[in-house]
Amino acid sequence: MIDIQAIRKDFPLLQQKIYNRPVVYFDNAATTQKPQIVINTINEYYQKYNSNIHRGVHFLSEKTTEAYENARQIIKNYINASFQHEVIFTSGTTESINLVAFSFGEKYIKQDDEVIISQLEHHSNIVPWQMMCERKGAKIKVIPATYNGDLDIAALERLFSDKTKIVCVNHVSNSLGIINPIEKIIQISHSHNVPVLIDGAQGIQHQPVDVNKLDCDFYAFSGHKIYGPTGIGVLYGKEKWLNEMPPYKSGGNMIKTVTFEKTIYNDLPFKYEAGTSNFIGAIGLGAAIKYIENIGKQNIFDYEEMLLHYVSEKISKVPGIRIYGTSDNKICVISFLIENIHHFDTGIMLDKMDIAVRTGNHCNQPTMKFYGIEGTVRASLSFYNTIEEIDYFVESLLQVKKIFA
Amino acid sequence: MTIDQIQEQIVEEFSVFTDWMEKYTYLIELSKELQGFKEEFRINQNLIKGCQSQVWLQVEFKNGKIIFYADSDTVLTKGMIALLIRVLSNRTPEEIVNAKLWFVDKIGLTTHLSPTRSNGLISMIKQIKLYAIAYKTKYNI
Repeated sequence: MIDIQAIRKDFPLLQQKIYNRPVVYFDNAATTQKPQIVINTINEYYQKYNSNIHRGVHFLSEKTTEAYENARQIIKNYINASFQHEVIFTSGTTESINLVAFSFGEKYIKQDDEVIISQLEHHSNIVPWQMMCERKGAKIKVIPATYNGDLDIAALERLFSDKTKIVCVNHVSNSLGIINPIEKIIQISHSHNVPVLIDGAQGIQHQPVDVNKLDCDFYAFSGHKIYGPTGIGVLYGKEKWLNEMPPYKSGGNMIKTVTFEKTIYNDLPFKYEAGTSNFIGAIGLGAAIKYIENIGKQNIFDYEEMLLHYVSEKISKVPGIRIYGTSDNKICVISFLIENIHHFDTGIMLDKMDIAVRTGNHCNQPTMKFYGIEGTVRASLSFYNTIEEIDYFVESLLQVKKIFA
Repeated sequence: MTIDQIQEQIVEEFSVFTDWMEKYTYLIELSKELQGFKEEFRINQNLIKGCQSQVWLQVEFKNGKIIFYADSDTVLTKGMIALLIRVLSNRTPEEIVNAKLWFVDKIGLTTHLSPTRSNGLISMIKQIKLYAIAYKTKYNI
């Protein structure tokens, strides 16, 4: 059980009035709010310890380096990676996927090879693969989805060929909130000797992630969607792949020796962390994960599941509501339209009622095309949201309906 | 009336509203009144695609004046279009090129023109100005 009132006090932004009342923040799939401890940690490091990592011999540099590597350790434990050096800091999920698309592509993908993705991917798990495929003359194959938003796993089996080089799917779809059966996808792919990348941008903050148990080859996520700062993210990769792949960006820190003839790359994880990384962001992300661990991630997930049942039940009573992604396997995301009201009109009205939701295609045009719509309104909840906020949200939807009637 | 006089008139109309709900209800009313956009003009060539909503803009040049017809798939954007057309349509290219649009800010609906909304309205205004510059150059007026 969690003490929701105490938790809400940890998030300063939630206390803030936008127009008339404290904001009802239902846009957590876009980014999450930050607990005070994360904000304090960032402040503290800029005020007291700021100094570049892995460079200096002085006190400040050592202190920051230690905190940065400690953050890596926290994340390694949180996702249960085998080694700390399997945790690469990036700027976010997008960079993590771009890294793999480039480096894996350079090493293993050639003319006529195939990459499998799903119908319900975010643009950032489509475009990097497309660019790589264009470069290499390779092809993309797509796992189809069913109308309720589940992937058609039976069809996946048929997509494999001896040309398949990698499978890339999201843990949870961003526009619908559907949880994909990644264990099964990984198992099937491995039975064909094909590695799997999981886009965990919407997964890590709402689902348990144990990369060892999952046996995934790569898992990518963003710090800002798990209560950490923006501009920091993680790529988990199995040591074997990270060692074999070439780096995709180069510069300082990623090298061992440089001469004008030849450069020897640094060991993991530094091989993939060229330049000055967002070390204070990483330290802030470490603080966010610690914060979650203190509350207990299972407590968080149980509470969010309760919210999902409550909001699903309540919103289904709104006349004319159409929900996209009706599968039972979902996180607390409701993607919907009300009768003939445009998602933009609904979003603007909700904003005026101090409710923050996302409207549009959610960087997910193929999914919208799949449903034959331009976009949806997406309410995405987190563990600091409440039953009372859901009640107010549903009342507001009824009011929106009345205004546009 | 000049462009500025029409803008003053709109500001005056909005001044009676005491809250956002009245303003938006009025926008919805205006959207219903916006007419004259022919189905045959709802084509890709006239489409201004925003991230959130779409706007179609059709232009006519008659007796030295530019007449605009526009439509949108969202009601609130359509309401805003009705206001923009009232201010900018049926004007000489010269008037449009020199027009400063200050009424949107005054009536407290600037968010509709902020780039983050990406609803096509900013692009529509830009497009209207470009038409005016083109006609001005073409006819040397």
